[in-house]
Amino acid sequence: MPSLIDRVLEGRKIQHRRPWPRAVVGAHLWRFVTNELAQGRLSLLGLWGERATVHMAIMDEDAAEIAIVSLNCPDHTYASVGKFHPPALRLERAMHDLFGLSAQGSPDSRTWLDHNRWGVRFPLGPRIDASSEAAPYRFLPVEGDGVHQIAVGPVHAGIIEPGHFRFTASGETVVRLEQRLGYTHKGIEGLMTGADLERAVQLAGRVSGDSTVAYAYAFSRASEAALDLAVPDRAVWLRALLAELERLANHLGDIGAICNDASFTLMHAHCSVLRESVLRAAHSAFGHRLMRDVIAPGGVMRDLEDEGRTTIRAMVDNIRRRFPQLVELYDNTASLQDRTVDTGVVKPALAKQYAAGGYIGRASGRSFDARRTLAYPPYDSLRFDVAVLNEGDVNTRVWIRVREVEQSLSLIDQILDRLPAGGLRAEPGHPKEAREGMAIVEGFRGDVLVWLRLRDGLVERCHLRDPSWFQWPLLEAAIENNIVADFPLCNKSFNCSYSGQDL
Amino acid sequence: MVLISDILVQGVQMLLVLLLAPLLTGFVRKVKARLVRRQGASVFQPYRDLLRLLRKEVVLADNASWLFRVTPYITFAAIWVAAALVPTFATGLMFNWTADLIAIVALLGSARFFLALAGMDVGTSFGGIGSSREVMIAALSEPAMLLIVFCMALVAGSTQLSTVANFMASSYVGLRVSLGMAVIALIMVALAENARIPVDNPATHLELTMVHEAMVLEYSGRHLAMIEFGAFLKLLLYISLIACVFLPWKIAVFGTGPLAYAIGAGAYVVKLAVAGFSLALFETATAKMRVFRVPQFLGAALMLGLLGTLLLFVSRSF
Repeated sequence: MPSLIDRVLEGRKIQHRRPWPRAVVGAHLWRFVTNELAQGRLSLLGLWGERATVHMAIMDEDAAEIAIVSLNCPDHTYASVGKFHPPALRLERAMHDLFGLSAQGSPDSRTWLDHNRWGVRFPLGPRIDASSEAAPYRFLPVEGDGVHQIAVGPVHAGIIEPGHFRFTASGETVVRLEQRLGYTHKGIEGLMTGADLERAVQLAGRVSGDSTVAYAYAFSRASEAALDLAVPDRAVWLRALLAELERLANHLGDIGAICNDASFTLMHAHCSVLRESVLRAAHSAFGHRLMRDVIAPGGVMRDLEDEGRTTIRAMVDNIRRRFPQLVELYDNTASLQDRTVDTGVVKPALAKQYAAGGYIGRASGRSFDARRTLAYPPYDSLRFDVAVLNEGDVNTRVWIRVREVEQSLSLIDQILDRLPAGGLRAEPGHPKEAREGMAIVEGFRGDVLVWLRLRDGLVERCHLRDPSWFQWPLLEAAIENNIVADFPLCNKSFNCSYSGQDL
Repeated sequence: MVLISDILVQGVQMLLVLLLAPLLTGFVRKVKARLVRRQGASVFQPYRDLLRLLRKEVVLADNASWLFRVTPYITFAAIWVAAALVPTFATGLMFNWTADLIAIVALLGSARFFLALAGMDVGTSFGGIGSSREVMIAALSEPAMLLIVFCMALVAGSTQLSTVANFMASSYVGLRVSLGMAVIALIMVALAENARIPVDNPATHLELTMVHEAMVLEYSGRHLAMIEFGAFLKLLLYISLIACVFLPWKIAVFGTGPLAYAIGAGAYVVKLAVAGFSLALFETATAKMRVFRVPQFLGAALMLGLLGTLLLFVSRSF
């Protein structure tokens, strides 16, 4: 039986197949795909625009097949996907702000990234001059007896990224949370256009500091797919090593930070020590604590010397020795468990609808992990388990992280054992014609998607989609009927990226 | 002559609590930092913080009323007076006879009343949240506190702290179940009243989980210094209270001379250090509880106080 994706693309002219097919579709098929998304038979991976085209990446989760459908919209309008499939709403609003492409029938036409402070509207599209007069943002209305609003942010009491949270609470219970993001918009997609590969991969690595490896990895894989470039074996394996080190550091930091938000500083202190040991090992092995600018199109920029290998091994052994005690401490501290169990529940149906990746999806029964589902090298030849649980509360999200830390330790060991010798980098060519490529890489938060089109060695259009796009809305759902004071805990257990989704 | 020495000793006591309060908080913070393997700030940091805040300009909201401006001084004064009434190193001080435990509870209650009003005064959402949470905690901890007072009063035959402390220091007391309950209840109330873990976190950066900190979020400069100083004093007050009622060893009895006073002062500092260390240890080993668990926590304190009091009605020897 042909898969759903095959049926969607049947008889269409495939524009590119690197590594997944993209086809230009008509309005009728666009609506069919939208309906399939709404019915839950397809998952939405991304929705992004160009001057007069809308692209949508979709996945058939059962067959693990991916495709991009593109709709030409010369009149700058297209049929709204978000009207039937809510996960697309924010993507449509962002696309409107950047390109001026408007979704017909969308239930939410407010701006998202554009806070009316750029002095220009639709900066990547028609570029219309606009006064930077800030019009008040309309938050969703809430009615009822005794409900009151609490406005939090964008400037917070702690040193965290900026985002505004509008709570409507009845007493201590949250009736509705509405997020307002976009404060860290840097115009990365605009900067990408016209950049050469060297600069573009640096830009990609600066989308979100804690995921710099994942972004550079995804960007490089996408450009290699576009250029048909074979990466040397050693580089392929080193990239996985970098990605696992990044995952390890972030998960350790998160586990401690979640406990810290329940005022349990002991876990925070110990986890910080372990995280620091990972960062220091990364620094000594790759010359940068967060391993920025190590991965580049064609391979990696730095080799792993024997000394670095020894440092990483020692770090892994140390964590393997000390981490189980911390897990035990977490599990046996009743006052901490009381805070995390049953707090901020994300229902599995919602995680599936939003195609939430990373620990958020996997804590709510969605087994997607790009390393396993899409099995890109070298993960196709590595042994690891993908932990999936169903409860969907803060505690479960901590446990998924704990399991992933254990898996990452094992993966690092395997990679160091089997690291092949050989070259580090293949030089990317500069084909004159337009080449498209796409890649999905599992970062620590979830699947990072990069789609790009290169022409003559320059980036013509590049879209980077952070996993947080499909995780932020779930936080709004998770906090409902919880108490206001539990929000920091829920938020930290999600740890969505502000910078990544603001771009 | 007696009057002069009385005034002198009372004056020393008032200055002592003022001087020691920031040190105690600094000590607790230092121990907490060391327990999580941090270097931690110097134990004298709270003094520097107070000095820094006193020098800073006050930023006031446009719609702040007179209440907002006077509250820091009212709360500080009320807490200082309350702290001066609790015997620290000696009993039978001049002011000790003028007020008793119920007066101390009332003084602290009025300090909090003003602080809660000021929290709502400028109309920010965090002030409102903080005030409502603080009052919820107060509504539960004050009855518990009063029951503890009754329990102690029934044992000692007075609500005057000096009399209670003298009685407790004597050999008539022995081992009493009701006092054991009262001390546990008093520690629980003290944790809640001082915004410590597990009820509140004095070091949190999360505005949504704050109780006391949310209430005073709009304060700055010397106003904030007064409020911070009040909080330091309150912690010292509760520890002194627990120490003088339940651990009155070496406390100097009225008029026993300078040597006894010196020994009493030394013992008092040791007691503070032990209590501060235990507090830091406890706070490090516990997570903060959900806001809605606080009623259960304080309900337990209330029940312990009640049980202690009832037991004393069954038999005076409990």
